[in-house]
Amino acid sequence: MLSVKNLHASVGDKEILRGINLEVKAGEVHAIMGPNGSGKSTLASVLAGNDKFAVTEGEVSFLGQNLLDMSIEDRARMGLFLGFQYPVEIPGVTMANFMKVAVNEQRKFRGEEPLTAGEFLRMMRDRSAVVELDSKLTGRAVNEGFSGGEKKKNEIFQMAMLDPKLAILDETDSGLDIDALRIVATGVTKLHTEHNATVVITHYQRLLDYIVPDYVHVLYKGQIIYSGDKTLALKLEKEGYDWLINQHKE
Amino acid sequence: MAEKEIIERIDSEYKYGFTTDIETETIGRGLNEEVIRIISAKKEEPEWMLERRLKAFRHWQTMKLPEWAHLDIPEIDFQDIIYYAAPKQRKKLNSMDEVDPELKRTFDKLGIPLEEQMALAGVAVDAVMDSVSVKTTFRETLAEKGIIFCSISEAIKEYPELVKKYLGTVVPHTDNFYAALNAAVFSDGSFCYIPKGVRCPMELSTYFRINAEGTGQFERTLLVADEGSYVSYLEGCTAPRRDENQLHAAVVEIIVEKDAEVKYSTVQNWYPGDKEGKGGIYNFVTKRGLCRENARLSWTQVETGSAITWKYPSCVLLGDNSVGEFYSVAMTNNFQQADTGTKMIHIGRNTRSRIVSKGISAGKSQNAYRGLVRVAKGADNARNYSQCDSLLIGDKCGAHTFPEIDSHNPTAVLEHEATTSKISEEQLFYCNQRGLSTEDAVGLIVNGYAREVLAKLPMEFAVEAQKLLALSLEGSVG
Repeated sequence: MLSVKNLHASVGDKEILRGINLEVKAGEVHAIMGPNGSGKSTLASVLAGNDKFAVTEGEVSFLGQNLLDMSIEDRARMGLFLGFQYPVEIPGVTMANFMKVAVNEQRKFRGEEPLTAGEFLRMMRDRSAVVELDSKLTGRAVNEGFSGGEKKKNEIFQMAMLDPKLAILDETDSGLDIDALRIVATGVTKLHTEHNATVVITHYQRLLDYIVPDYVHVLYKGQIIYSGDKTLALKLEKEGYDWLINQHKE
Repeated sequence: MAEKEIIERIDSEYKYGFTTDIETETIGRGLNEEVIRIISAKKEEPEWMLERRLKAFRHWQTMKLPEWAHLDIPEIDFQDIIYYAAPKQRKKLNSMDEVDPELKRTFDKLGIPLEEQMALAGVAVDAVMDSVSVKTTFRETLAEKGIIFCSISEAIKEYPELVKKYLGTVVPHTDNFYAALNAAVFSDGSFCYIPKGVRCPMELSTYFRINAEGTGQFERTLLVADEGSYVSYLEGCTAPRRDENQLHAAVVEIIVEKDAEVKYSTVQNWYPGDKEGKGGIYNFVTKRGLCRENARLSWTQVETGSAITWKYPSCVLLGDNSVGEFYSVAMTNNFQQADTGTKMIHIGRNTRSRIVSKGISAGKSQNAYRGLVRVAKGADNARNYSQCDSLLIGDKCGAHTFPEIDSHNPTAVLEHEATTSKISEEQLFYCNQRGLSTEDAVGLIVNGYAREVLAKLPMEFAVEAQKLLALSLEGSVG
């Protein structure tokens, strides 16, 4: 589904990603961990197409197509979803209206008819249940005045609406209390099927109690220095990153 | 999205930029008493009207151009303007109601059908091209309720008593430079009278079209809502795409008698000039309404066109318990300039006013809100709430606010809120990531921002206005 080869990206003169290699297949869950400033969020941004970063080298294919050639919106319409670490507020635009446009843009891209108002409302009701999102929130402006937990739930609600092939969740667990974490993580798990894939970027093992990864990767200074299975996350939680970093230096 | 891409221009379409090829009867350029006599004669006006015009003209000659607005206005040569232009109806028509097919086609193209059976349900239209009213629809239907809806030229001839009683009472010719000019040379516009206790059954609207080259349009509209009546009125305006600037100097007067209510909406889409700032309409407008006891006047405006807009629809709250409202969306793009806002003059007791102004600036445009809330000595318990917001798109444009409060009564409660925001790259990235194109995202954000005002427009026009906002922004983002 996603194949990243020797990806380099920089912001200004500073190279942040320095040769990332990553293969993600349908049905898989990958976790990307690593110390602060290792390039985790940059990787998510670059894959989504944020042109704050310049890709200087490497290839990325997504569903057999050259991802790096595509606009941000076409990547999204093809089924790449980014769950934001800091969701943006858009005053005056209701969640419902925002999602209606987003869903219909995706349908148009696939050559499907737009949903009728009735179909859309039903879909919203069903999908907001996935993350126990208060239905009142869909009538409010996008993320405006939402609590930290509501914003994160709202990200997963949008994921449920857009039903992506590949979801990249950038520290979706940060700033969540235990209950919200459970709801958000369970939501993600519910949405996972053998036809889609999830990449979770996280600092903490606790998220991985709910979202069980097939692979855990450690990102350090713009490179994946180690990959393992879910037990790696537990080991990292206990022992930190130092042993890996030292190993990498040798 | 790089900043430079956001401000990069692509050609934006002004879809009303066409010209109608119709023979036009014009008089020579320039302005003097002789020209005023000619205009008055062409309109077959009574002597008293000519006298009024001449008086206004003599006063105008003593006046200076206003320079206080936050506008950079190139010098206007008032002797280089044609003050009267009328499309010639090709053949002798059978009845007053018939319209030259070429004119009909023009208004069809603008989405304003002049046949009643094809018109928007429930909207009566007065169509004005250059200096004359071409046709007023649904006059008979309205007449059944005693409502008079016709061009001001006809009203002067047919209802001289009403016109004499009200014309110039809210905006006297001494008011300001452009009001004086208008009083001297005004060409056409609408006249509307709603009798006591009558609720006007349909929307009334006037559509202004400038067609002839080198002309100025001097709209004059007079609306009288007699005691306990109600009317909702809408005006729209467009002009051809031309390299020269053309002048539109209008005066609108509204009298809202005791217990009456008037809603006045404007969708202003004069040609704004091209992306280099060449051409476009200079729109200098004086709009004011007078509210008697318990009366209510609500101005709603969506301003997207014109190279320069100078316009302050105002309410004089003379009667006790009267209410004035002003809802505005003013959008400028490319090199457009707008200085617009309102005046709320509280004179009666328990008068209330509400101002909601939403400015949107893109490109290299300058957009200013200018407002005055005045509370006179005797206006006990006056209340005003003002909210003026500015939204910036790109970093080459400007937004300015000049709110003024002048209160002479200690019981007044006046609130003022203001915000300035910018469409951020983070917002655009977020929208893009959900599959929205940048243009759609900006349209969505702008319409969301303007929603409170758009919601005040009559239904059909709210949809139009939404599309217009999106269209006017075309090319403001890369």
